[in-house]
Amino acid sequence: MTQATMAQRGARTDATPDYLDDVVKKFVIAATFWGVIGFLAGDYIAWQLAFPVLNLDLEWTSFGRLRPVHTSAVIFAFGGNILFATSIFVVQRTCRATFFGGSTSGNILFWGFQLFIVMAALSYVLGFVSGKEYAEPEWWLDLYLTVLWVIYLVSFMGTLYKRSEPHIYVANWFYLAFIVTIAMLHLGNNLAIPVIFLGGDSFMKSYGLYAGVQDAMTQWWYGHNAVGFFLTAGFLAIMYYFVPKRANRPVYSYRLSIVHFWALIFLYIWAGPHHLHYTALPDWAQTLGATFSVMLWMPSWGGMINGLMTLSGAWDKLRTDPVMRFLVSSVAFYGMSTFEGPLMSIRPVNSLSHYTDWTIGHVHSGALGWVAFVSFGALYYLVPVLWRRKSLYSMRLVSMHFWIATVGIVVYITAMWISGIMQGLMWRAYDSMGFLQYSFIETVEAMHPYYVIRAIGGLLFLAGSLIMVYNFWRTIRGDVRNEVPYESAATAGARG
Amino acid sequence: MATNVEKDPVTGQYTTGHEWDGIKELNTPLPKWWVYVFYACTLWAIYEWVVMPAWPTADGYTKGIEGYSTRGELAKELAAVKESRKGWITRFEAASVEQIAADPELRKYAIAGGRAMFAENCAPCHGSGGAGAYGYPTLADDEWIWGGSLADVHQTIAYGVRNTNPQSRQGIMLRFGVDGLLTPDQIGQAADYVVALSKGEKGDAAGTELYAQQCAACHGESGEGMAALGAPALNNGIWLYKGGKEDLVKQITNPKHGDMPAWAERLDAATVKQLAVYVHSLGGGK
Repeated sequence: MTQATMAQRGARTDATPDYLDDVVKKFVIAATFWGVIGFLAGDYIAWQLAFPVLNLDLEWTSFGRLRPVHTSAVIFAFGGNILFATSIFVVQRTCRATFFGGSTSGNILFWGFQLFIVMAALSYVLGFVSGKEYAEPEWWLDLYLTVLWVIYLVSFMGTLYKRSEPHIYVANWFYLAFIVTIAMLHLGNNLAIPVIFLGGDSFMKSYGLYAGVQDAMTQWWYGHNAVGFFLTAGFLAIMYYFVPKRANRPVYSYRLSIVHFWALIFLYIWAGPHHLHYTALPDWAQTLGATFSVMLWMPSWGGMINGLMTLSGAWDKLRTDPVMRFLVSSVAFYGMSTFEGPLMSIRPVNSLSHYTDWTIGHVHSGALGWVAFVSFGALYYLVPVLWRRKSLYSMRLVSMHFWIATVGIVVYITAMWISGIMQGLMWRAYDSMGFLQYSFIETVEAMHPYYVIRAIGGLLFLAGSLIMVYNFWRTIRGDVRNEVPYESAATAGARG
Repeated sequence: MATNVEKDPVTGQYTTGHEWDGIKELNTPLPKWWVYVFYACTLWAIYEWVVMPAWPTADGYTKGIEGYSTRGELAKELAAVKESRKGWITRFEAASVEQIAADPELRKYAIAGGRAMFAENCAPCHGSGGAGAYGYPTLADDEWIWGGSLADVHQTIAYGVRNTNPQSRQGIMLRFGVDGLLTPDQIGQAADYVVALSKGEKGDAAGTELYAQQCAACHGESGEGMAALGAPALNNGIWLYKGGKEDLVKQITNPKHGDMPAWAERLDAATVKQLAVYVHSLGGGK
């Protein structure tokens, strides 16, 4: 880029480009819809674990088939639509450029992605899966998603390229890291040979290219970095736009954003082996996984510091703006789970936590507390802005959603911590003569009450999301609830 | 962009001069504690790489100065357990189940070990504490299909029931209905008689005669059963496959038979003996 174009880009004009927001609206609605479906599926399978009769003795409704429906619905359908919505919204505004490819590529991405979600869910329920966790779709769906992803990458980079701002905002670094790395992970992990090319008769089925411990390692290289680049990098991008925007404060530290960005993406990619401690994976790979996970602690916290400290001078907004509460709590949960993660990756700790519900609790403190809360914050910001309403229908309902969901998360993760640590301790308990104190089934019996408590926590979280749906519906209709406003009228309304 | 740099009145830091959609950035230095903790984590990682197996090389991997390996640790732990149990194992191998049950010290150890092994290996079918389930006999009572003495219980656990082990317990009930040995009417009469028998009542004449001719040879004249053949008692209201007339008709017509593995093929001799003493102690060993 020449100095001249740099200067041209730096030149400020008052003209705001005509941003592509129709597609963002669709993604917002889809994210809300799939969020509720994903939470519902999750809570249903939580009740199945407590009361197996809910499997209904049907193959299509068994835990084994509904569990990937839950995970894919919340990660890829809810999280994916949020990432599409916010990335298209944010990249246009922070580049002062319209979306590359315009509504054509926007609509291809929207309808193409929804079709992918529906096809994936149907194939899971009918039993066509590759057997890879968080990468269950079969080869033909994988190829289809690859095409969509290339369109996404080209549109996003095209928008960056035609920007009128001289610099690329930090949120866009994170979005780009997410899009590029997910492409690499998706291709690397899903390499498979359809059986029809091996003389088989099934078009649907394929077998992975890797076998044994290589397959396990590839799977967790993928799985851990799906957490790192889909659920962390992508949502940090959301944090970097919506937190300063909502708080109306400058980002705490530009230097920290550079250092923690590069440290995060360099270190995350190594951490996968900590999912395979005490397995056939060679010891050296386990050590590398654990050490890189621990080194990842501070780079992760860099994002938390930048999120929380941006509130300097605006802490009162926690009291007066429930949307800010979602955003700030999400960052706090992010900090908590990114401390817990490295802790659990240390081998002696892992020997207690591995295969127990502690892992499930850890994942959900990140998924519900961080990913979903930052998403709710962004959605509550976006809906009045996109539909050009003066404010949300009700800030009191946002507050109610916040408290119900927070109680739900706390109930959920506390139940899983207790259940998981209890389970781990029971597995390793010996009696005075050196015999195992408990059988496996006794640990399952002991976990039952915690499974019920967990399912109640999930139910609260689901109930909160339904309050959000109602709030959006009334906001989009243009209603404003007659209610006592929060102290500062200026912060209670949504900002454009 | 230095021209746009401003001082933030709240924090006293300067901005970088960049602005995107109204968002500015402060140029705050990295927090010191953040940098130091990051260094500390990195130092710990380097320490781990020195003492543990860590980096792949062209022909293997760096072994680490501690010579640690997870397989090595496991082997050490297993060897230690084996060593600590050596004295016990020798004594169990030398003693009969009767001698074990009679020796308070051995009996205590056998019941502790048997309980643990039972929970992992037997409870999936026979239920926790031997409570039993449909098709799987209750072990916590004094009703035994194959005999309830210590030796009988040991024999059943070690060699199992209706499996391919040459010493397995065998014995099946004839398929009276499927093979046409009895007519459906006769089966109904026999079932009626067995229902009565289980309640301690008298059956009708036809049933009594049928029972005496067809059933008593294995199940005993008064329905007391015959352990040598694995023919269950019919006079006590304890049922493996439910006891109503309908289920009895099914059983007489086309009998179900359970089976059980020969545990001597899977567990060591001392453990099988411990299991026998434990199971015998559960309800009413004979």
